[in-house]
Amino acid sequence: MTSNESGRFRRLGEEGRSRLVFSIDGQPAEGCKGDSLLVAMLMQIRHLRSSEFGDGNRAGFCLMGACQDCWVWTDTGERLRACTTPLAAGMRIATKAPEQAWPSLA
Amino acid sequence: MAEPRIVIVGAGPAGVRAAETLVASGVRPIVIDEGGRDGGQIYRRQPEGFRRSYASLYGSEAGRAEDMHRSFDALRDRIDYRPETLAWGIWEKQLHLLQGSRTSAVDFDALIIASGATDRLMPVRGWNRAGVYSMGAAQIALKSQATAIGKRVVFMGSGPLLYLVAAQYSKAGAEVAAVLDTSPFHLRVKALPQLIARPDVLLKGLALTLKLRRGGIEIQTGITPVEIEGRPEIGVETIRFRTSKGKVRTIACDAVALGYHLRPEAQLADLARCEFRFDAQTRQFFPVKDADGRSSVAGVYLAGDGALTLGADAAEVAGRLAALAVLSDLGRQVAGVQVARLRRRLRIFERFRRGIAAAFPWPAGAAAALGEDTVVCRCENITAGELRAAVSDNGAVEINRAKAFSRVGMGRCQGRYCGHAAAEVIAACAGVPVEAVGRIRAQAPVKPLIIGAESDAEQAA
Ligand SMILES: Cc1cc2nc3c(=O)[nH]c(=O)nc-3n(C[C@H](O)[C@@H](O)[C@H](O)COP(=O)(O)OP(=O)(O)OC[C@H]3O[C@@H](n4cnc5c(N)ncnc54)[C@H](O)[C@@H]3O)c2cc1C
Ligand code: FES
Repeated sequence: MTSNESGRFRRLGEEGRSRLVFSIDGQPAEGCKGDSLLVAMLMQIRHLRSSEFGDGNRAGFCLMGACQDCWVWTDTGERLRACTTPLAAGMRIATKAPEQAWPSLA
Repeated sequence: MAEPRIVIVGAGPAGVRAAETLVASGVRPIVIDEGGRDGGQIYRRQPEGFRRSYASLYGSEAGRAEDMHRSFDALRDRIDYRPETLAWGIWEKQLHLLQGSRTSAVDFDALIIASGATDRLMPVRGWNRAGVYSMGAAQIALKSQATAIGKRVVFMGSGPLLYLVAAQYSKAGAEVAAVLDTSPFHLRVKALPQLIARPDVLLKGLALTLKLRRGGIEIQTGITPVEIEGRPEIGVETIRFRTSKGKVRTIACDAVALGYHLRPEAQLADLARCEFRFDAQTRQFFPVKDADGRSSVAGVYLAGDGALTLGADAAEVAGRLAALAVLSDLGRQVAGVQVARLRRRLRIFERFRRGIAAAFPWPAGAAAALGEDTVVCRCENITAGELRAAVSDNGAVEINRAKAFSRVGMGRCQGRYCGHAAAEVIAACAGVPVEAVGRIRAQAPVKPLIIGAESDAEQAA
């Protein structure tokens, strides 16, 4: 799994780790054990979510749990902070918030 | 007498050295960190299963990193270490915690806040595009995940991290398109008398610049950022800036690392009702502390970059000093010579800090020049024009009032990344000094409380 052309990030080593399968918006995806969810997603696609203000896609900003720009959702509607959540096999991730099924906790 | 309850927030250099000093005096502190592993920002540990050596991960700081991690490992049985735990509020002498989805509270006799720093940001048109990251983020992607934030990265901003992270990227095999520094070179020469306070660090800095140049990487100083261009769905595609000679240039890239040195994570100090002071040189507020780290509130101590941005080595010294202050205030014997020696070292770091601040100034003037439609607050998508309107329509000059009218600083980052720039925009618009605008007051919880779902996902596998 060397650099994926469609992804935003690029791997610079540590590629011998075992693979984990997950999905993004129903599409199958693959990451490495030890990846953060943010890194695993951005190896496949170029964004994590789109801005609720219509100014385009967002792909995180601080990578240290401070900006909260990297929120994604599970298919059951739970909100995850992608940069501090480790990738786990079988995760089913959505880049859009489930329709108001979930009150904001912010 | 019952054993005093001492709590340390932060397991970075400051927190680890504070814990070590307390343990050496027979005290068992509680050490809280929201991260899964110790090390803090600079000595951040990579996840289990990664194989890179200390030398390749930490470069010239490899020895220090290893020493820090060993010291912490040796402490593990003698402290109450609580990783993955967020300290989100303080009321009186009680600290409120969140671990997973469980909240709890601990009472303390003494609290050492060693919460570190985050990047200090000045907006530029287009910084809300996907592919723009903070300078620290670029480093975390590399250190903790062995990835680059893009395939062709421009580093823009100012401060030592600009050159350090660019050099780390280049060494790791990433493509560095350019290093764009807003600080003019002559300020570095002017700051030499202060920078010489730490000749070893100064030399390392010079070596970094040389290495970048030898690697054929373009370095521009004294630039003015113009715009990060791209498309809403695609993200960053090019960056436009004005050179020191006034020529407008465009460089193709798919990622930008942006940062202007650091700001303290001082929310907990604020919630503990510590006093703050304005630092005229860097144009920001720091919590007040004495030479040893006592805040203005009895029982609350401050150490490391969370109190004053002095860097990692100073954080170790400050952590030790704060622990000694705690012990001394609790009536324990503390060696005066040791305290005096540590204080002396801290004064050298302070001189160096002033040098860095003079060499790589915060570009305050850029705030006044921000176009009306440039986004200041990335969270709520609020533009400089909307913020200025809050000032002129409502006379909101104090930043917490301007926040109420414009929502700047009300978003998910709670003003961490827009607060300083917003203050400059308001000051320039109202024609008042930036200290009169003040600072965004911290609110509990210091971060939105997120309920993790990792365990559920694992079950689903
Ligand atoms: C992203 C980044 C990269 C950096 N890289 C370098 C570098 O390469 N070289 C260099 O010289 N300096 C670097 N710095 C500067 C850095 O701050 C160091 O000077 C050093 O890490 C400071 O040590 P510290 O102990 O004060 O804080 P830190 O090392 O930042 O440690 C603070 C710790 O407190 C924890 N924490 C904070 N708030 C809470 C809370 N509310 N609840 C629970 N835990 C909390 C954090 O998780 C963190 O582990 C970097 C800073 C940042 C932000
Ligand atoms: S990228 Fe900032 S919180 Fe995740």
